[in-house]
Amino acid sequence: MAFAAFSSTSVVAEPAPRKKSRIALFLLLPGILYLVLFFLTPLVSLVLTSLQAPREFGDIGQYDYAFNWQNYVQVVDAYWPHILRSFGYALAATVFALAFSYPLAYFIGVKARRWPLLQSLMLVLVIAPFFISFLLRTLAWKQLLSDESFVITSLKALSLMAPDAHFTGTPAAVIFGLTYNFIPFMTLPLFTTLERLDTRYLEAGSDLYASPFQVFRKVTIPLSMPGIVAGTLLTFIPAAGDYVNASRDFLGGADTQMIGNVIEANFLVLQNYPAAAALSIILMAVILVIVGVYVKRSGTEELL
Amino acid sequence: MSGEGQAGTVVAGLFETENAETARGSRAPLPRPRRWSPSSWILPAYAILAFIFLLIPIAYTFIFSFNDSLKSNISWRGFTFDKWLNVCAVQNGAVCEAFANSIVIGVVATVVATILGTMIAIAIVRYRFRARSGISLLLFLPMATPEVVLGAGLAAQFLAFGVPKDMLTIILAHTMFCISFVVVTVKARVASLDPALEEAGRDLYGSPTQVFLRVTFPLLLPGIIAAALLSFALSFDDFIITNFNSGSVMTFPKYIYISASRGIPAEANVIASAVFLFAIALVLVAQISQAARRRKLAKQG
Amino acid sequence: MAASQFADSGADLTLVGIQKRFPGFTAIEDLNLEIPAGSFFALLGPSGCGKTTTLRLVAGLEEPTAGRILIGGKDVTSTKPHQRPVNTVFQSYALFPHMTILENVAFGLRRRKVSDPVNRAHEALRLVELDHLAARKPQQLSGGQQQRVALARAIVNRPALLLLDEPLGALDLKLRRQMQLELKTIQEEVGLTFLHVTHDQEEAMTMADTVAVMNKGQIEQMGAPEALYELPHTAFVANFLGQSNLFTGEVVESTSAVVAVDVAGIRVAVPVARAQRHAGAVTVGVRPEKLAIHRDAPPADSGTNVLGPGRVIDVSFSGVSTQYLVAIPGAGTIVVFSQNREFGPISHVGDDVWISWNVEHSFGLADVPDEVQRFAGDTDTKSIAAQRREALIAELED
Repeated sequence: MAFAAFSSTSVVAEPAPRKKSRIALFLLLPGILYLVLFFLTPLVSLVLTSLQAPREFGDIGQYDYAFNWQNYVQVVDAYWPHILRSFGYALAATVFALAFSYPLAYFIGVKARRWPLLQSLMLVLVIAPFFISFLLRTLAWKQLLSDESFVITSLKALSLMAPDAHFTGTPAAVIFGLTYNFIPFMTLPLFTTLERLDTRYLEAGSDLYASPFQVFRKVTIPLSMPGIVAGTLLTFIPAAGDYVNASRDFLGGADTQMIGNVIEANFLVLQNYPAAAALSIILMAVILVIVGVYVKRSGTEELL
Repeated sequence: MSGEGQAGTVVAGLFETENAETARGSRAPLPRPRRWSPSSWILPAYAILAFIFLLIPIAYTFIFSFNDSLKSNISWRGFTFDKWLNVCAVQNGAVCEAFANSIVIGVVATVVATILGTMIAIAIVRYRFRARSGISLLLFLPMATPEVVLGAGLAAQFLAFGVPKDMLTIILAHTMFCISFVVVTVKARVASLDPALEEAGRDLYGSPTQVFLRVTFPLLLPGIIAAALLSFALSFDDFIITNFNSGSVMTFPKYIYISASRGIPAEANVIASAVFLFAIALVLVAQISQAARRRKLAKQG
Repeated sequence: MAASQFADSGADLTLVGIQKRFPGFTAIEDLNLEIPAGSFFALLGPSGCGKTTTLRLVAGLEEPTAGRILIGGKDVTSTKPHQRPVNTVFQSYALFPHMTILENVAFGLRRRKVSDPVNRAHEALRLVELDHLAARKPQQLSGGQQQRVALARAIVNRPALLLLDEPLGALDLKLRRQMQLELKTIQEEVGLTFLHVTHDQEEAMTMADTVAVMNKGQIEQMGAPEALYELPHTAFVANFLGQSNLFTGEVVESTSAVVAVDVAGIRVAVPVARAQRHAGAVTVGVRPEKLAIHRDAPPADSGTNVLGPGRVIDVSFSGVSTQYLVAIPGAGTIVVFSQNREFGPISHVGDDVWISWNVEHSFGLADVPDEVQRFAGDTDTKSIAAQRREALIAELED
């Protein structure tokens, strides 16, 4: 009987490849089609929109398809400070978030290994901010760091801050907000690599005459590189495109506007769709270039 | 980028009631405790301060949900339970309406994204096909694209085709960015699944459908639930993409954004705090029951 | 700092009153050990006996609860691992996966700012015959090659003391034998002090000049491999190093030449010099290969111990020799290894046979017989599993 079972499966197995590829197609098609329709073609629409020209004698917000590449020149000319600012703020926030998260992730991922429950609870604390609207969190910081707040009045009383200085509305406040909001995105990938860090490599390092600092620099850091790359990208990309923190109603001010604010204003308020689209394409292109170069230089291509 | 996936997997792993280990990868050996020294206190102390820092705005939001505020909820005017008891009373229920919209959008987008994403995840792990790398790239790109670009792109698309922006456009947008996260989370689970289990099912006379329903699906369920919870969380908190594709429809984050200039009512804090407490309770129950199971297993040897 | 220079030769290692407690259990209880410079010393014992902990204490990866560690006469007890003139070949090899083989080997040299690290690393790789793979990453090497790289990475630093933590455990038998030979040759060439930790008694005996058998955090017996094998002092050593037949009985005769014990009414003699205890209940033993099987009762003789008659209950052929199990009433089941000098077994299951051996081959143990069972049970898989489980529970409750 067993023999019969074998022979019958081998007969069935013959046409399997074709049947299997049909199953794969059935499984893939709906989702992939969805992404093509609602992710890929929108990107194409964005490119087409970015090249549109205003309709002759049309109303505000009416454009025709064209090859109006001057849109790009115009937006770069008008908004280059915003573009530079976006990447500057995002870079600063990424550096601060990395500096904040690395020791934390190291503690959770390596030092707390002996206590799995504590480790999980600390992870819950790291992602806890995810569970409360990030707009409310940002507004909370706005209130906590407003001119009348305890923190700022204390700093002023201690002469650590000029009496007429503000914190909210400054670039520092925007960078602070970006850093805070993206810390979990930095900590989690760092945690996942550090959790798998084999501490025997650290012992081998100290056995081979490396001081604790040298072990950290020569062994721990290189071994956690995948987490560092993932975390910095996860922070940098959304931070560069963010427009909530820099918004005037949140932590930003008149001269902290980022590229996201400009895209939002052009698209939703000024109805200058080509300008918004051109800025979006520029943002995406710059980010893809930065990601590509960064990943290549840090030697972690296998991440992609 | 697997990094984004890793973060997603960790978040998802916290929701899983079993086998978060497989999702988080095999555990490295335990470090041996080192000698006591002043420096051994630095990291724990730092971690405590870091957690306090992370939780400050949450505590603020929670405390101000009890503020006996008038229109805007900026200065402390006294403690009250009123806002918790009459959440929907303010502004003819605008907060509650926005909240309800967010729930509906989140549920529909989660269901669609979870189904589509799970199918892709199974196909990617179990089948060989052409255009594999192209498909991986297509799944990765939405996670590497700034939200403002995703939002503007979809909005440009809807504009080009003259689609009016309403609840449906928001759901379409949310489903789009959730799919990739579902794929990454479920993929980890499928990959950790021993194919021999399915082979055993087939060997024991199960038809392909029976094997899927009785073997594969139950084993994937924790991963699928985790992915669903993750995409609900992503959808519920999304503002940037929503803002571009919502027209006049209000969602909870959008309500906060728009009210920010004239002051947020304490009722918004109530809803956010309630959601927060519910999510944390869910995660803690999952974590503690998992720890209890682990302990029991260890006791049984 | 001693670590800033190359050691000209191996240094001696002295452990004084070492104790190591972990939360919940004591790994090492009052360990005293002296390893002379230039020797190849093996610490042998079952898992959980404290041998790896001892090694880690010497490397500085653990801190002793009490006691002192001296290397070359210098107290290093409170010295950090990177400041000790000691290198370790780890059980897992712990080759840095992000570096090439060459960079792995040069790592220690660079840390100590030794001149020309690259050439020295190449030299060390040539010694283990892997120089042609210097540019590869560790993952691209086989287990045996990785093991040799780990060895090169350690010996290139010319440490006063080289620690080997079961480095051959992951290799298959043939490769292990080959590596054992190579290790021994390298040790003789470079003249370092080797401290080798293993649970493989054959490995310990082939490689080491001196073997210390460890059990429950203490050294049971120490000596040259042959001496340990031929004259075990405890039942644990008698059974952990090879196999032994042990009999317990009261001492019935004690002269200047022999001590005789009554085993189920039969007199079994041990030379006085080979008996640890001379009165009361004593456990005596003999190695299975020292026994002879007789179809007829052999003539009584003061130079020979004879047991029997007994019945052969099992015969199993293993190529070079055949193992017989003989049940002798009152004395238990006795294992006999017999060289296959002829075709076919010399007796069959069910045969009535006698066992004899030269009195000179008997040994008397130091254990109090009541405790014998406790030691015997320590190495079986069940009790090791129980120990593991206890350790796991302790860890979880931590």
